[in-house]
Amino acid sequence: MKKLLLLAVISAFLVFTGCTNQPKEEAKPEPAAKAETGKEVKAAFIYVGPVGDAGWTYAHDMGRKVMADLPFVTETNYIESVPEGAESTRLITSLAQKGYNLIFTTSFGYMDPTLEVANKFPEVTFMHCSGYKTAENMGTYFGRMYEPRYLAGVVAGKMTKSNIIGYVAAFPIPEVIRGINAFTLGARSVNPEAVVKVVWTQTWFDPAKESDAAEAVLDVGADVITMHQDTPAPLQAAEKRGALAIGYNSVMSEQVPGAWLTAPVWNWEAVYTKIAEEVHNGTWEPSQIWWGMEEGLVDIAPLSDLVPEDVKAVVNEKKAQIMSGELKVFAGELKDNKGNIAVAAGTEMSDGEMLGMNFFVEGVQGDTGN
Amino acid sequence: MIEILLFATIKAGTPILFATLGAIVMERSGIINLGIEGLMLIGALSGFVTALYTGSLFLAVVVSFFASMAVGSIHGIITVYLRGNQIVSGLSLTMFGIGLTALFGRGMVGKTISGFDKFHIPGLSKIPVIGPALFRHDLLVYLSVLIVVLVSLFFYKTKWGLYLRSVGENPAAADTSGINVLKYRMMAVLVGSGLAGLGGCYLSLAYTPFWMENMSAGRGWIAVALVIFAQWNSTRALAGAYLFGGINALQLRMQAVGTTISPHLLAMLPYIFTIIVLIIATMRLEKGSSPEPESLGLPYDREDRK
Repeated sequence: MKKLLLLAVISAFLVFTGCTNQPKEEAKPEPAAKAETGKEVKAAFIYVGPVGDAGWTYAHDMGRKVMADLPFVTETNYIESVPEGAESTRLITSLAQKGYNLIFTTSFGYMDPTLEVANKFPEVTFMHCSGYKTAENMGTYFGRMYEPRYLAGVVAGKMTKSNIIGYVAAFPIPEVIRGINAFTLGARSVNPEAVVKVVWTQTWFDPAKESDAAEAVLDVGADVITMHQDTPAPLQAAEKRGALAIGYNSVMSEQVPGAWLTAPVWNWEAVYTKIAEEVHNGTWEPSQIWWGMEEGLVDIAPLSDLVPEDVKAVVNEKKAQIMSGELKVFAGELKDNKGNIAVAAGTEMSDGEMLGMNFFVEGVQGDTGN
Repeated sequence: MIEILLFATIKAGTPILFATLGAIVMERSGIINLGIEGLMLIGALSGFVTALYTGSLFLAVVVSFFASMAVGSIHGIITVYLRGNQIVSGLSLTMFGIGLTALFGRGMVGKTISGFDKFHIPGLSKIPVIGPALFRHDLLVYLSVLIVVLVSLFFYKTKWGLYLRSVGENPAAADTSGINVLKYRMMAVLVGSGLAGLGGCYLSLAYTPFWMENMSAGRGWIAVALVIFAQWNSTRALAGAYLFGGINALQLRMQAVGTTISPHLLAMLPYIFTIIVLIIATMRLEKGSSPEPESLGLPYDREDRK
């Protein structure tokens, strides 16, 4: 009896989790005006979080929806909250078997599973977000988020009165460090007195702890808060104390109306529509896409009404300079926060150096753990 | 600075305190519940939804207590009446709670409520240092301390508390003396589950007033560990929860003032502390006089002969 019951509970549980991992099909009612030539694109996405996370996965799904409207895209599909690891290999394989000819995997941890499945399905095109491994039929894509981070820093540098800016940071990895450095360089380009105080939470997702971290920097005088995690908790903590807030990933102005300034955001449709077109035309080649604001993959969200016109003008001017290539964020001379020269005058960091960044620039108060 | 640190300590410790109290009440009756994490999420979501639609925070707290109780009753029925494996049932309860709240919480992401305001206790909150640290919290913090006292009084000053403890120690003897073992265990599971739910609703109603999937972020597991640290005693649970919250608050503030200690080391602190405490606690246990309820984790069947 006891064993039977246990069996029933376990099988009920398996059925339950099994159901949640069923792909959610969104077939288009009428493939209107289908192109005469070229391949039909059936695209599928593997998401690391739920589409309702208001952050990373939500942004990817917005991109998917735009791509789904292309005339030659007959079907798009996604599986959400897929754990990185063996489970993802199984689900990517099942998508390839179901006839999807373009598969996007949207988290770093899917890199090896994607490669493994790509080798088994040479006729399917795979695109992996944020990794570095490629194959005949597998490319990578990511964005130069440091460009809009720099602009967000400009806003923060102009808006701070105490000259202390709080940065609630996730994990000490190059992507996060790059963001902190770009933000700081932006802030100090308009306000050399500004200091960015970094507090690591060692979480991607723990609202309570991230709110505590924001309060810790607010307590030492920060009056502008920004963060790298997916929750609005640090922004709410800022608003409660009458400080200002710069978000990430998505616009949360409705949640913190009294504090919201702007946010660096992703526009994944830029890369998704491009890839779909290439697959459709048969021109797709495996490459490593690392696009910036010029290509429209990353951008700074509209500045709120709390930002004065003259600051908006400065941001727009710098934005144009970055897009034209006139302004390089990581160009020398750059000092690290221990006083050593990190980038010599007249040189700039290469993509490889940026991807492995492990020091803080001058003006950051914190430790990278290296 | 010290009052700010103390304030942050109490705030960070409170959700863990509620959950630990819930776990203690259950384990005292002999039932282990590894579903605390899931119950916290049920409490967080049900409380948030109630506050969002009715605007009443009081009602939200009540609903979250009873909603977690209802879900916790699954564990009670399986382990108490059907004598199922407590570990398996508890683990599935956690996974069930995570899945259920993710499903029903979808439409709630991005919505905000005003949440609990700080309540300054008249007079006391004016005392320097102690006032801002201890007497300017929201009502749920005071409620958690009140429950610590109530649980202690119940266990050591009432006959029902004595009965409950005896059920956890030696259910056969308790049964012989006319105590309804199954009823006491079920009641303990229900009340304990409700308390765990309050820990969750503290997160979504006071700490960070919004709902997000999996927002308890592992606090339920810390509570399970703290029960051992607290040696099944509610006042020690208060100390343990505040110590854990305090170390977290301290390490974040050390970073904010610009210490140069590696962030990796700082992040390890609360866990290093947990391990050290567990080592000390188990060393004490080996010397005899274990505070662990004798029949913890064992189902009770009157027909069993030992």
